[in-house]
Amino acid sequence: MYDVLIVGGGVTGTAIARELSRYRLKLALLEKEVELAFGVSKSNSGIIHPGTQNPPGSLKGKLCVEGNRLTKKLAKELGVDYKEVGELIVIFSEDDRPRLLKIKADAEKLGVTGLRIVGRDWLLEHEPNINPEVLAALFAPTAGIISPYRWVYDQAENAAGNGVEILTSHKVIGIGKEAGRFDVSVAGGKVFSARFVVNCAGLCADEIAGMAGITGITIKPRKGEEFILDKKREYISNHLLFPLPAPTSKGVLVIKTSDGNPMIGPTAEEVADKEDLSTSDDGLKQVLESVKKLIPAVNENDIIAYFAGLRPVAGDDFIIRHEDKVPGLINVAGIQSPGLTAAPAIALLVAGLLKKNGLGLRKKFFFHRFRAKTVHLFSLLVTRISPLIRKDPAYGDIVCRCELVSAKEVREAVRRGARTLDGIKFRTRAQAGRCHGGFCTTRIMKIMAEELNLPMTAITKRGKGSELIKEERT
Amino acid sequence: MIKHLTCIACPNGCQLEVDEAGGHVIKVTGNKCEKGAAYARQEVEDPTRILTSTVLAKGLELKLVPVRTSQPIPKARLFEGIAAIRELKLGRPVKAGEIIVKNFLGLAADLIAARTVHLPE
Amino acid sequence: MTARDSRLVTRDLVVVGGGPAGLAAALAAGKAGVKDILLLERDQYLGGILNQCIHPGFGLHRYKEDLTGPEFADRLIRETIDLPGLEISLKSFVVKLTGGRIVTYLKPGLMAEVKARALIMATGCRERTREMIHIAGTRPAGIYPAGLAQKLINIEGLLPGREVVIIGSGDIGLIMARRFTLEGAKVKAVIEIQKGSRGLVRNVVQCLEDFGIPLYLRHRVALIHGRDRVEKVTVENLDSGARFELSCDTVLVSVGLIQENELLEMAGAALQGLNLTSLPGVFVCGNAYKVYDLVDTVARDSEQAGQMAAEYLRK
Repeated sequence: MYDVLIVGGGVTGTAIARELSRYRLKLALLEKEVELAFGVSKSNSGIIHPGTQNPPGSLKGKLCVEGNRLTKKLAKELGVDYKEVGELIVIFSEDDRPRLLKIKADAEKLGVTGLRIVGRDWLLEHEPNINPEVLAALFAPTAGIISPYRWVYDQAENAAGNGVEILTSHKVIGIGKEAGRFDVSVAGGKVFSARFVVNCAGLCADEIAGMAGITGITIKPRKGEEFILDKKREYISNHLLFPLPAPTSKGVLVIKTSDGNPMIGPTAEEVADKEDLSTSDDGLKQVLESVKKLIPAVNENDIIAYFAGLRPVAGDDFIIRHEDKVPGLINVAGIQSPGLTAAPAIALLVAGLLKKNGLGLRKKFFFHRFRAKTVHLFSLLVTRISPLIRKDPAYGDIVCRCELVSAKEVREAVRRGARTLDGIKFRTRAQAGRCHGGFCTTRIMKIMAEELNLPMTAITKRGKGSELIKEERT
Repeated sequence: MIKHLTCIACPNGCQLEVDEAGGHVIKVTGNKCEKGAAYARQEVEDPTRILTSTVLAKGLELKLVPVRTSQPIPKARLFEGIAAIRELKLGRPVKAGEIIVKNFLGLAADLIAARTVHLPE
Repeated sequence: MTARDSRLVTRDLVVVGGGPAGLAAALAAGKAGVKDILLLERDQYLGGILNQCIHPGFGLHRYKEDLTGPEFADRLIRETIDLPGLEISLKSFVVKLTGGRIVTYLKPGLMAEVKARALIMATGCRERTREMIHIAGTRPAGIYPAGLAQKLINIEGLLPGREVVIIGSGDIGLIMARRFTLEGAKVKAVIEIQKGSRGLVRNVVQCLEDFGIPLYLRHRVALIHGRDRVEKVTVENLDSGARFELSCDTVLVSVGLIQENELLEMAGAALQGLNLTSLPGVFVCGNAYKVYDLVDTVARDSEQAGQMAAEYLRK
């Protein structure tokens, strides 16, 4: 019998797992995909928002501001790179100034610090590539960037180190409730019993809630297409650049990422299918048109990759509540932007809800708060690489030449839970560069086959059905 | 019967019209030079290709040894050649040019290694 | 020379890349009298991309024979390898290059820095990707750059797909159409946006016509479908706008090559004329200089780069 089962291994679920792992509880996290962060989280922009995008009075606004502060602290504890690059919400017309000032006033009400309006001269000095027609911007220095997947993996790893069972390829298919206990069935036949269930199943949060008897939640996927530029364009902007937000989305942004590659997007389009991750010619056109208003120098030829993600929309605000009709069930639904930022604050909120509804939270004597930083050659100065190679020769065996990833890092990623080529990419950046795996895919597959003791025909891109090889000569 | 061919004797790529009966060329038109006529004759009367593929290696430094026929072989026998190569396994180190199968498919051509492959270090 | 430089090992000539360009350059430099050459190759073998090009058509000019890629490589390696004063370092990956010709490279167990009196960059090229031509649709498994598919089949013995649509009719695309067919896969079509094939006539005939593979000119792949693995593509006629679908499990992308000159960029060097860069003593040859059609020409021009480096060192 588990104390708490967490359904969903995205950023929300893993943040909750990590937070709860400080208490004496029997915990498990169930993820339907073969790896964590393979749902909504994998297509996240990686922005840690300051709290300028949501109105005061909303749960989103409150948790975003709180999450921003917590992320900074947590990233340090977990050895994840977090860069406070700051954001600029820019305007091009005097007509827009009142709305910009309103955003500033709202954000200040929420407790966002350091906000100031900057003028054209400041902008031209600090953002040399910005459209010279720019008029002013709201500067929010506390905006940051983080790798969304490494953030998930590192939180999960720390949670696991503190005793949480992290179970991937565990798709929940039914939830029974009797005598103060949930019986959660997963595909393949296993049943997990628990006193509490926390549903943070992203796009499927409505289905999971439904299984537990709560019907009022509907997740409407809203697709966003994003386009990644070559690392050579890392400094096309020095801050995150936002236009004035539109009613349905933040608009098309110029995003700095912790990997160095700038990203442009996203689009926002309601779709019916929760698996529709296709990109379109129109999406590209729309993003390029919008982004060129911010930075005219953005060039289509610098695009090295693109993807679409789905935001799990459930009305205007997050839904985070204990369901009194189904005692013991906590729904965490509609966690779209600023969900990545809010996740640590959501985790605290959920811990509070669990406690309020009868779960005893007694601190562990030993809680491993810290996690050793994962080594990434690409983030090191060349001079720091030499001692590593002397310690372990495999750091000198370069697999991915575009992003500088060694055999050691790839092997290590498999040992830390990577089971697919995408998982390797998200963890190490191998295949994420300009050649898109043209040079390194075979080598990575071989390392995986060796580490996991699998034939090459069993290696997949992102789980069953996405095998790369049809036949091996033997 | 009229057959249409693209001449590959040079990059011009002349479109040839070949009047042919019973596998024999009667007349070639469309060729800008004599090479075209010769190509058409060869291509209609006895089309041949160099076949290249790989042989599975056992206990060598590489998984596969690239191989080729030492001369062109009849085009009609390419798939038969591929099937025969797939049956082969090579357990000894080879030098590029070394014969792997003499008189491949009973033809004048040999199957030869195209790369030097050693024992593993 | 700064104090730091003086501690560095200095080599007369460093050649980065052990494919046909780097080998030919080292060979010519050696013959022209350079007695101290370090050749850095990132792979565990010399010969570069030739090793996976098992088809014939190489060497007609240089060796007056119709050779396969590995045979061409084998001959060039044998010509080069015994040069006096040539050191070959395999599995050596250059991570940094400065305008002062300081080369930093990694290999298993070692990071080394060397100061080159002259430097030849022969780093080759990479393939343009699906992403660079912005093909819309999903991102399932089964989309391969043609050269990667070639490596999987010819080096690793792995067949990546059974029903293949090839985007782009350049020589690599055509060669792979034949290769897949001989390996027992069905090549459904080659899709080309231009009015004619970009490949050699010989390859259109011997790789497509020999096997009855359709070539759609003035067409593009507008969409890729499939959740986990490629399921089909939508093909569009660029003149009429008409669309049709082809079911397949694999899409091969063969839409051109790009020079790999990131290291030169890092050093602040621009390409200038044949084998020259804006930095004195830094030369570039082979596909890193420009994307060539024939390896014979690569070897010829790269030998010239070797001679230029030798000339520079004599000054």
